[in-house]
This record gives sequence, structure tokens and C-alpha cells, in this order.
Amino acid sequence: MANFHPFVVPFVMGTIALFAICGYKFVRWIKQFDRKQQALIKKNMFSTRIVPALWEVFCECLLHLRITKKNWRLGYMHRSIAFGWFLLILFGAIESRIGIKGPFHFWCAIFYRFFHHNPPVNGTEVFFTQLMDLLLLYVLSGIFLAFVKKIHSRILGMKRTTQHTVMDTTVKIALWCIFPLRLLSESVTARLYANGGFLTQTLGDLFSRPAAEFLELPLWSLYSLALCIFFLMLPFTRYMHIFAEVFLIYFRKLGLRDSVKMTGYTKYELSACSRCGMCIDRCPLYNTLDINDVQSVYLLRNLRNLEHHQDILAAGKNCLMCHQCAEDCPVDIDLMSIRRISRDKGDTDMSDNYRYLDNVKGFNAIGRVAYFGGCMTQLTPTISQSMKTIFDAAGVKYWHLDGERAICCGRPLMQQGFNKQAADLRRKITELISSCNATALVTSCPICYHTFKHEYKLTIPVYHHTEFIDKLIKSGKLSVKQSDSTFTFHDPCDLGRGSGIYKQPREVLKAVGQLKKISAEKENSVCCGMNLGNTVLSIEQQTKLRDKSLAVLTEPNPDVVVTACPMCKKAFRHGTEANVKDIAEVVAERLNN
Amino acid sequence: MANFGFSIKKTRSFNLSQADLRKADRLLEEVPSYRLCIGCGGCTATCSARQFTDFDIRKVHNTFRRGQYDKLADELRKCMLCGKCTLVCPRGVNLRSLIINMRQLLTPSHETF
Repeated sequence: MANFHPFVVPFVMGTIALFAICGYKFVRWIKQFDRKQQALIKKNMFSTRIVPALWEVFCECLLHLRITKKNWRLGYMHRSIAFGWFLLILFGAIESRIGIKGPFHFWCAIFYRFFHHNPPVNGTEVFFTQLMDLLLLYVLSGIFLAFVKKIHSRILGMKRTTQHTVMDTTVKIALWCIFPLRLLSESVTARLYANGGFLTQTLGDLFSRPAAEFLELPLWSLYSLALCIFFLMLPFTRYMHIFAEVFLIYFRKLGLRDSVKMTGYTKYELSACSRCGMCIDRCPLYNTLDINDVQSVYLLRNLRNLEHHQDILAAGKNCLMCHQCAEDCPVDIDLMSIRRISRDKGDTDMSDNYRYLDNVKGFNAIGRVAYFGGCMTQLTPTISQSMKTIFDAAGVKYWHLDGERAICCGRPLMQQGFNKQAADLRRKITELISSCNATALVTSCPICYHTFKHEYKLTIPVYHHTEFIDKLIKSGKLSVKQSDSTFTFHDPCDLGRGSGIYKQPREVLKAVGQLKKISAEKENSVCCGMNLGNTVLSIEQQTKLRDKSLAVLTEPNPDVVVTACPMCKKAFRHGTEANVKDIAEVVAERLNN
Repeated sequence: MANFGFSIKKTRSFNLSQADLRKADRLLEEVPSYRLCIGCGGCTATCSARQFTDFDIRKVHNTFRRGQYDKLADELRKCMLCGKCTLVCPRGVNLRSLIINMRQLLTPSHETF
């Protein structure tokens, strides 16, 4: 058989197994999509959304732009391996198509130099030979950086890297071996047949002829074997992300999102995690409390393997749900939803919950704004008091929905995996709000705000009070005094990272005083520690988190530390001598009468 | 007799040595801060659910601790898990965790996955 040698067998077997296993897994996951996800796929499969999907696949899977934006060294490392390898395959295929004589098999492209001994003669051949060497050098530079990262990750800007399992480490070593082996085997062949480029020929000429003759076959065999090991293990290890991410991006562009239960879409997300460990460095639990086995990377791994049931539960429980990892994730996986899925308590309470809320009747509030303080605001009544002052000063008619009796928005239940109960509660509150005919809903609690915005299907607009105050000031309804006070602003997790509201509170504060810059703000905001998402931290641990955040907030020595969340305010107030206030209080104190 | 709106409660006595305390012990293991509870009732006083219905969280966790689990599962379903009780607790008992764990312990053969 022409253009065949037994050493290609491992590679061929590996490739066939790879595509068979991946194909099987991908089809099985698609079957596990829930009804809504399947409907979306059927509706949008061949729509124009495929164009932005392909563009994102190119930008993210090959160029790794998102990771480059966060850390250019890591970006270069990933790009050189992914994009470099892709180009090697692409140009290798073209080169071998042109150059190979006799029957063409797909392995001829991979082992081209072995089957094509003639030195490059015409311009095209010389160009391709040099280009392939250049690309190989590009990939090798990435592998070198990966090696450096393993030895000392801080050089590449990472404090801590992921602790991998034995499987993951083995397959990584196989990957690292592929390219040096390719370099060596091509060099040895170049020594014998003078068919190499600037890199392989130079390196090959260092070998003596007998050594080259002796080494040629073993090296090509090892190269084939390394590829085989990598391909065989790929579907069961973190390198599945290479293919899973492509599909994930496509499905996401079609409009698919996580459900409250584990679906096929979640399985794509779990496999799309490359376990890069970007979620570890800025996790408050890691960098303040040194807890390093609960981060998203480990939760996703445990969920994917489903072998450590207790580990999943423990890792799932111990999380602040502060959205920091979701912000940092270069694959943009919906980590908060997956965390919630891991906490799912099942449909144990099937009957109608919270019957007692049936007696609560909505006030007829036509033309008024419904003000929902939230449970926590009941414990910090100055906030709701200030909001009332502001409403009155701006001439806004309002109805304090939970003034007498507090109703929970359902977020805490949802965060702890009581999805059925949360849905019951949401239904009751939706009925209550729609029966009162209010024009808008204003809430003082970012937790409630996030829920009303993302989980409820309300027909009226929902505002957090920072947004609403900003609107009132801009429209001229609310007149505030500029003062000499200096502020620092703490972005609550659900308002900032959770809902993307960064601009409005800053504009409000600039209207009433001077806003000082702090070292961790906006997307990088720190956690107050007193968090609804976590039920396992001790008071000491919460205090540690709070103190670290307070150190950041009080560093420029502001007159007032301002936040926009009753929980954060309550947490900070007891930890510092500094003045801690909610943004509503700050504004209410500086009104022009 | 004139009704003054209050009455004398019936005496309730039970034998603690015969009670099945396995779930209660498990609860103390899961939520060690519960050992600090002094039964002040701050949790009940602030409870959001109690503002609508006769839900008494102090009664629930005290009864649970004594091993009388009957009807507690239904009672606990009234809780909205808002967490105000945890915030007001003067002893720093993690009541949200306590309630979640009680719910879990009272669910027959709970399985997450």
C-alpha cells in the first residue's frame, strides 16, 4: 500500500475513536435538552444567528480574545497553541494535497514529511515548508509558556492554577509531547532527505547520519502514539472543551440558556470548561479565606464526572454567589446557574406553598410607583425612610408594598435550590403586583432587583433605587445640593456584576459630592461577606471577608462609605469607625428644599 | 366565666430519654452554631412569614431539638428563607442553614442527583 507505514496506525485509531466518542456524546446531550431548549433550536437552527456564532467561535476558540483582554500572556499562550495548531492542520492539508504523489490518505497530511522526501524545489513548496516551520515554532512557544506556567504560574500572572486529576495531567503531558516530537521527527527526516525548513533543517543538521537513520522511525512512532493518547483521552478530560465550546457558543447564540435542572445544555457547559483556573484567583473564598476546593472549576469537574457526590454537595454549598467567577470565566459559562443546579433540592414539596399569602390583597395603586424595600430593608429602616423622603421631594406618588409586612422575593429559596417553592412565591407576588396597577416597581435591595429583573415576567418597569434616583435627578424632578463630602462606592454583587449597574450610582454620588477611586471597583468589587448565597461560612470567616473589603473601601479615607444594598450596609456598619450609608440616605440628606 | 382572652396552657410532658434524637444530633453536627442558641426568640420576632401566619421558628427548632418531628415538615414550608432571623440572632446562630438542614433531615430519602 502506497503512502502507508504501520506507525500511523495508533494515530488513525485515535482519530476514529475521537470522532466516534465525541459524536456519540454530543448527540446524547442534544437529546437531553429540555422542551424549551429543543423548541429554540428548531426555531433558530438555520437562522442568520449562525453568522455571529461562527465569528465568536473564530474569536474565542481560536484567537482567545476574551482571555487576552484579561491577561495578554495567558491569551498568547492559548492562542499560540489553539490557533497555531489549527493553522498547522489547515496549511498542512493544503501542502500535502499539492505535494503528495500517489493515493492520498488523511494521515499523509499529518506525517507529510515522512511520506514526501523530495526537497522543496519550486516557490510554493519552499513557501509552505518555511511556513510550516514558522507555525510549529509558534505552537512550541505556547507549549513553552504552558511549561513555565506549570513551574511558576506568577510569571504568567496567575496566583494559583488548578489542581488537576491524574487523567488531566496525563493528557496534558501527551499534548506537550506532541509538538516537540513532531519537531524532532521532522528534523531527523530533514537530516536524511534535506526536505526541512529553517527550523527543522537547522536542528536536523546537528544529528549525525547514522543517528538520524536509527532515530527516524522511533520518533515518528512516538509522535503518532502521543497523538493517539491525546485523542483517546480527550473526550474524557478537560480537553473536551476544544469541541464542546464550539457547540456551546452556537447554542448560546441560538438563545439557549440554563434551566433550573441539569439538561443537555448544562452538559455542554460542563465540558466546555477548560479548567484554566481563572475563576480561582479572584474568588473571595480563596484569596481571603484560603478555601481552595470549592471554586467553579472544581464544582464543574465534579458535576461532570459525578463521582464524588459529597464533594459536589460541599463545593456547591460553599459559595458566596457573588458572580466574580462568572465575570472572569473566559468561556463565559453561566456559572451562577450551574451552582444553583448543583444545589437543586428536587421537587419534594409538590403542593401549593405559601397559601397564607392568598389573604394579602393588593392596594389599588393606579398611577403610583410601587416601592418594594425587601426583607433586609426592614432591618435597616433608614433606607426606606430616606426613599420616602426622596419620593416626596420629587413629587412621586408611591405605595410602600412591603411596609407593614415583608414578603420575600424568592431569591434566597432559589439560591438554595428550592425551585418549586420559589416559583410558588414568585407567582403569588406577581399576582399581587399586577393586581395593584402600579406604574413601576422600585426596590431598595439589589437581591430583589436582580430577581424581579431576571426571574419575574412583570409588565411594569423595574428599577433599583440608584437607577430611580438617577432618573429623578436627570429629569430635574429631584434637586440635590452639591457638597464637599467625599465618598467611596461599594458595588453590591447583585447590582454590579449581577445586573450591570455601575454608571447610575456614580453619577448620583457625583451630583452630591466627590467620588474617590478605590482599588477594587465595578467588575472587581469585593464581597461584604454577609451573603445570602452561602450558608456554611462561620461568623469569623464572614468577618474576615468584611474586614478585607472594608480595608479597600476606607483606604482613600472618605467621609462616607456608600453602598446600595441593605445587606452590605448592615455588614459594613459594624466593622468600621467610618460612616457607612446607603446611597438613598446620602441623597436624602442633601436635598434642596 | 368571663373570657379575658387568655387561658392556661395544658401541661405538656414527655420523656426525653425515650425520644429519638438522631436527627437532632445530626442537626447539631451540621450546624454547630446552633449550640449557642439561648432561645431568646429574636428569630421569631423578626420573622417575615410570621407577619402573615402563625409560624414560630423558635418553637420549630426547639421542638426539633427535643426529637418531636411530627408536623414540623409542613410547618417549615411556611418559611421563605429570607434570612432576617440569621441577621438578628444575638448569638450568631446560622438559622438559614439550620432551617435548610431541618428541611433536608425531614425529607424522606432525599437525593439530589
